[in-house]
Amino acid sequence: MKKQQRLVMRTAILLVLLAAIGYTIYTNFFTEKTAVAVGSTAPDFVLTDLKGHEHRLSDYRGKGVFLNFWGTWCKPCEREMPYMNELYPIYKKQGVEILAVNVGEPKLSVEKFAERFGLTFPIVIDRQDQVLNAYNVGPLPTTFLIDKNGEVKQIITGTMTKEDIERHLESIKP
Amino acid sequence: MEHVKCECGHVNPHGTAFCESCGKPLADLGEKLILDMRYEGSARRSQTYKKTMIDQIWAFFSSVKVGVALIVITLIASAIGTIFPQQMYIPPNVDPAEYYKQQYGWAGKLYYELGFNNLYGSWWYILLIALIGVSLVICSLDRVVPLYRALKRQGVKRHPRFLERQRLFGVSHVSDLDKTMAVLKERLAARRYHVREEDGHLLAEKGRFSRWGPYVNHIGLIIFLIGAMLRSVPGMYIDRVMWIPEGETKEIPGTNGRYFLKSEKFIFETYEKGKDNEVFNAAIDRVGNGMIAKNYQTNVVLYKRVGPVIPGAKPKLEKVKEYPIRVNEPLEFDHYALYQVDFRLNEPKAMSFQLADKQSGKTFGTVTVDLYDPKESYNLGHGYRVELLSYFPDFEFDEDGNPSTKSRVPNNPAFVFKMYAPDRPKGETSFVAIQQTIEPFGNNKYKMAFAGLQTRNVSGLTVRRDFTLWILGVGGAIFMIGLIQGMYWNHRRIWVQRVNGELWVAAHTNKNWFGLKNELRRLLDGTGVMMPADQLENDKKAGQGGQVHGHGTA
Amino acid sequence: MDMAQLSSTLLYIAFVLYLIGTFFFGGAIRDKRKERQEKDRWSQLGISVTIIGFLAQVGYFVTRWIAAGHAPVSNLFEFTTFFGMMLVAAFIIIYFIYRVSVLGLFALPVALLVIAYASMFPREISPLIPALQSDWLHIHVTTAAAGEAILAISFVAGLIYLIRVVDQSKPSKRTFWLEVVMFCLITTLGFVIVSTAFGLSGYEAKFTWVDKNKQTDEVSYDMPALVGPHKGELMKESAGRMEPLVEMPAIINARKLNTVIWSLIAGTALYIMLRIFLRKRVAAALKPLVKNVNLDLTDEISYRAVAIGFPVFTLGALIFAMIWAQIAWTRFWGWDPKEVWALITWLFYAAFLHLRLSKGWHGEKSAWLAVIGFAIIMFNLVAVNLVIAGLHSYAGT
Repeated sequence: MKKQQRLVMRTAILLVLLAAIGYTIYTNFFTEKTAVAVGSTAPDFVLTDLKGHEHRLSDYRGKGVFLNFWGTWCKPCEREMPYMNELYPIYKKQGVEILAVNVGEPKLSVEKFAERFGLTFPIVIDRQDQVLNAYNVGPLPTTFLIDKNGEVKQIITGTMTKEDIERHLESIKP
Repeated sequence: MEHVKCECGHVNPHGTAFCESCGKPLADLGEKLILDMRYEGSARRSQTYKKTMIDQIWAFFSSVKVGVALIVITLIASAIGTIFPQQMYIPPNVDPAEYYKQQYGWAGKLYYELGFNNLYGSWWYILLIALIGVSLVICSLDRVVPLYRALKRQGVKRHPRFLERQRLFGVSHVSDLDKTMAVLKERLAARRYHVREEDGHLLAEKGRFSRWGPYVNHIGLIIFLIGAMLRSVPGMYIDRVMWIPEGETKEIPGTNGRYFLKSEKFIFETYEKGKDNEVFNAAIDRVGNGMIAKNYQTNVVLYKRVGPVIPGAKPKLEKVKEYPIRVNEPLEFDHYALYQVDFRLNEPKAMSFQLADKQSGKTFGTVTVDLYDPKESYNLGHGYRVELLSYFPDFEFDEDGNPSTKSRVPNNPAFVFKMYAPDRPKGETSFVAIQQTIEPFGNNKYKMAFAGLQTRNVSGLTVRRDFTLWILGVGGAIFMIGLIQGMYWNHRRIWVQRVNGELWVAAHTNKNWFGLKNELRRLLDGTGVMMPADQLENDKKAGQGGQVHGHGTA
Repeated sequence: MDMAQLSSTLLYIAFVLYLIGTFFFGGAIRDKRKERQEKDRWSQLGISVTIIGFLAQVGYFVTRWIAAGHAPVSNLFEFTTFFGMMLVAAFIIIYFIYRVSVLGLFALPVALLVIAYASMFPREISPLIPALQSDWLHIHVTTAAAGEAILAISFVAGLIYLIRVVDQSKPSKRTFWLEVVMFCLITTLGFVIVSTAFGLSGYEAKFTWVDKNKQTDEVSYDMPALVGPHKGELMKESAGRMEPLVEMPAIINARKLNTVIWSLIAGTALYIMLRIFLRKRVAAALKPLVKNVNLDLTDEISYRAVAIGFPVFTLGALIFAMIWAQIAWTRFWGWDPKEVWALITWLFYAAFLHLRLSKGWHGEKSAWLAVIGFAIIMFNLVAVNLVIAGLHSYAGT
């Protein structure tokens, strides 16, 4: 009887220790260190675009949002911009918005850039890095795919091909 | 089978070396003259049952040998990690594979390929530390329970064979046993011994609590390790960097938009001959005047956002406090700490140009371009006007030979201006960068002459919030208490017994025998009781052949 | 005479007194055959001189503190000197507990070596850089040094134990390693001698060389170059100075290696001379000095020193260190080489204590461990500061 008790006790202690180690290893090596996790609600923000219109993320509930963080000096961003521009009118009709957040560059630079590529989707400038902080964006470009319920479905860092973008836009159609 | 009953009537668990109560040796001691008093001879649980797998794992981790082996492996691994710098200490923005190879040759390459560049964060290093933690828990549990039992149940009267096998043991003949006993009892009590008496026998004990020292310090270590483990739980630990230029107000990253910081000024000072303590002159001379840093400081104002937090919206701010952040003096607020860690001096903020006639040198007004938010058009009046066509804050030519920018920081600003004048209504285009001007469409009449640069300093601050600190602190404190308890006190026991009209004295301590002997000498001085002999010393001398330097064993 | 000058003089006086103290403790051993009274007189003289020397060094410490406005533990010279002072303090305390004069005969020379070694580094009073401007500098560094010094006494006792117990009648692994320990101590002396000799002669040879980033740079040797820097060439002003025998690749700091080689040459020469002169192993020659040593007591002193020193070391080198690192460097632990070596030292002594308490490693095994422990402490003091660069690295020189 006592032996039984001891075995249960030992098993319990070993399990607790194993769980603690497992958890530590798991969180250290198998989870991403992002402020905004996949599956969580995308933090709301409000920013002004080049034309002076305010965009509030929560106003897009019911639509999918392709939220792209970029900079004019970033070559990979530059490569994917024309594809986004091409696909924007097609998917806008299907309820997916593209919103490009510039990481606090001068309005002049952003405008010249938008002119050069004839960009039609709304471009907002995060002058104070507030949205950048809230999303804890590291390398550029980083794209958050947000579904109609405001939930982050996927986070993509690095450049995308046209097919990639199309697939991603497809995935957040309402 | 399960239990062993001693002749004194006490029932001991299986595996006990000598009776918990009277101390009579239960196991065969063989030739050994002195009892092994570690853990009071109690049965360590893991050693007695090894049936199921759980028991085997338990037995493995409860072994001190395994614990020491883990410590030694960790020690060697840690040492390997210091051969070359860890990746966090190499310059950022370089490819580590390249860096190690270039700096340290083939050894560096091997080091990198084996993953030693990130050794302390590797899964196997963390696992090693974790295994030490497991060993700590199981070793302690396995020993503290039986030890507690044994110390609690120890009897005053001990079996003669227990006494004579103590390291310090002596037999004396005294004229008046009762009187001697009484004197000893009094003296022991005066020396702060806790004295128990039973049938005219004495057990004097002090410092028993020091026996718990190792277990207390192990608890401290376990708490510390738990604290370290919790750092990986999301939200427990925040580590962010913010760069803030003088005069600007920015959100403090990691505070969820609740706090803002304004930098009033960044101050950098160095030690200078003549100004500072003159004993430093020799040292300053060796390194160079103005080369030794004296102070890095950012004067800041901390603001709290009031009202709802929506990133991007213009915040409503409320001043909390002003503070000079210096190295060693972080700004602390609401569990956050802001540290001075880096700086950039004289970063360009605005550049001024004069529209000038290249030939006559006549100027027509000044244009000041804000490098962080340049305007597009600058009207100078009298028909003179300048437009900014393109702006490259960190200018370079890209792979295709087009002008472009490397980053958003104005390290090397360049501009494309279009200059309008009454005699040049269509305008002239000029590309202006630091130290160079290009006129892409031939000879211009006008130029943008450099007329000044406004700069400002930028502070690099680290934002930290660490909810595990107090756990680590508690763990560290408990560890220190346990260590001091175990190391600076010792558990001394003196048995005084009447055996066949003789007075037997035996004594034991877990450390500092020298101190115990001195104490015994003082205790027994003038009582007529003989000082107990150190049987270990006699044993050794006998073992060495007894003839060493003419000392006998007598 | 100003404070800084007074301070240097006091340190010099302390050094000489420790030297005299060593001889007195030696006398206490030699006169063993005479009356007990006589022996005590030698020891009393020894300990008195040691205490006066210690007070002189405290004087050095205090006056230098006043002169600089901060505790003199801010560079390698100051820290190592302080370590030597703490070693003497630890010896004095242990002496008054155990009254073993032979301990002085070995502890004081070790302290002398440490202080002499310290003096080979730049000795001027240097101002504090921002990271060091904290009260934790005094608290952390002094406690850590005190802990290491007490642990060093364990080495001294362990060494005495080994010299006494290792059988010198035939060569063995034990005699070999004991000679290695002796050789290391002698090489430290060799380093002091060559540094002083070339320093006094004012030797300087400047080279231009090409570093690993292919940049041309200058380097100044204060000893004749046996090994030269990568693509090193003597500069005009040093014409006629010795040309290097071998050129090193760019990733090796040739100037430091040169110093190490010179120290080894001097140490080896000294050692060989000693062997020729003594006609036996150095440890064998020391054996008569310790023949009357009580082994159990020596073993206990060695263990007691660890028992006292380990908590002090933990407090100073780990706990205070973490508190300060949290304040100054934003994180309590950053795997800086010096931090790691403090952890290694700590782990080592933890293993030492477990082996002793639970596995019964007493006597000779324990003495060897005490020697290894001291080797780790010295590695942390010497190699980590000079070779492995990090945040703690006091000087790049």
